[in-house]
Amino acid sequence: MTSPGAVHPLGPPTLGALFRCFLHLGAMSFGGGMSAWIRREVVQKRGWIDEGQFLSGLALCQIAPGPNAVNLSVFIGTTLLGAAGATVALLAMLAVPAAILFGAGYVYFTIRALPQGAWFGTLLAGAGAAAIGLNLANGMRLTRRGVRGKTAWAIMLATVLAVGVLRIPLLWTLVGVIPASLLLTPRRKPEKT
Amino acid sequence: MTTLLRIAGLFGLLSLLSVGGGNGVIPDMQRAAVDQYHWMTAREFLDSFAISRAAPGPGSLIVLLVGLKAAGVVGAVLAVLAMYLPSSLLVFCGARAWSSAARAAWRAHAERALAPVAVGLTYASGIVLVRSTEHDWQALTVTAAATLLLALTEVHPLLVLLLGG
Repeated sequence: MTSPGAVHPLGPPTLGALFRCFLHLGAMSFGGGMSAWIRREVVQKRGWIDEGQFLSGLALCQIAPGPNAVNLSVFIGTTLLGAAGATVALLAMLAVPAAILFGAGYVYFTIRALPQGAWFGTLLAGAGAAAIGLNLANGMRLTRRGVRGKTAWAIMLATVLAVGVLRIPLLWTLVGVIPASLLLTPRRKPEKT
Repeated sequence: MTTLLRIAGLFGLLSLLSVGGGNGVIPDMQRAAVDQYHWMTAREFLDSFAISRAAPGPGSLIVLLVGLKAAGVVGAVLAVLAMYLPSSLLVFCGARAWSSAARAAWRAHAERALAPVAVGLTYASGIVLVRSTEHDWQALTVTAAATLLLALTEVHPLLVLLLGG
């Protein structure tokens, strides 16, 4: 569903290109913040979908069950190349992590040992803390592009408060926030014909 | 055979319940894998959790390790399929409906209404992660520095993760 005049700096989204892109994303995705990675590769660098498509897809993927990153790969694959794209993107996204876990699981269940040194814990904690930063920075970039007007800010802050601070279960938050946003967001004529 | 059916049933169900990522279903998974079916010990489950966090990919790929311990390679493959196929099919149908409504007025409206919810959830997940891990002032500094660096510059995220480690 890319528009005809779309610019693809790194080539068009063929099945092969989709596979390579998500294989890379799957291998690089450590410790959360994966939607930030996907946005960087698919929207910023490759221009396969635009910011608006990404944001609405992200919302859909957050509402649906399943990890956001896996859902996003299915969403982007479907949007670009239908069922074949969805299958390729999903398999590519999971291939490298699954292979690593197979190896790690085999070793663990066979020799029953984990790296126990303090350095290992520190390394993981540091990378984890930085990954949270990746997530928050992504939120800031998305705010600039997707949150315009008082209503949008109010809905965004209500969502942060409900899920992040009050820890209201996601399902209940969405049941309240989405209808509210659909009703309160001012209607506007479509910009494009 | 019973084990394979149980793997498919358990993870297929958890797939549809895993709203908001995989963390919410971990307690249920633990109860089934450890207490109910005795596929692994509590210690093995905890170690599997740590391994799946350290590896790339979604944390819910822990199902691969549970399946591997329960029924070998076949169990692992089945567990992954059962965990991701049902939720992926839902997203596929949603994306199809979304694409076919490319020019509809309701879609433009829904896009603008859903954007702040998506952004809000992105912030909230960061806050939840900070609160759920033992975040001392050092970790907070790393998180804050990484946030600023990534928001204001075009530095490669992997470099920031390495610096953080």
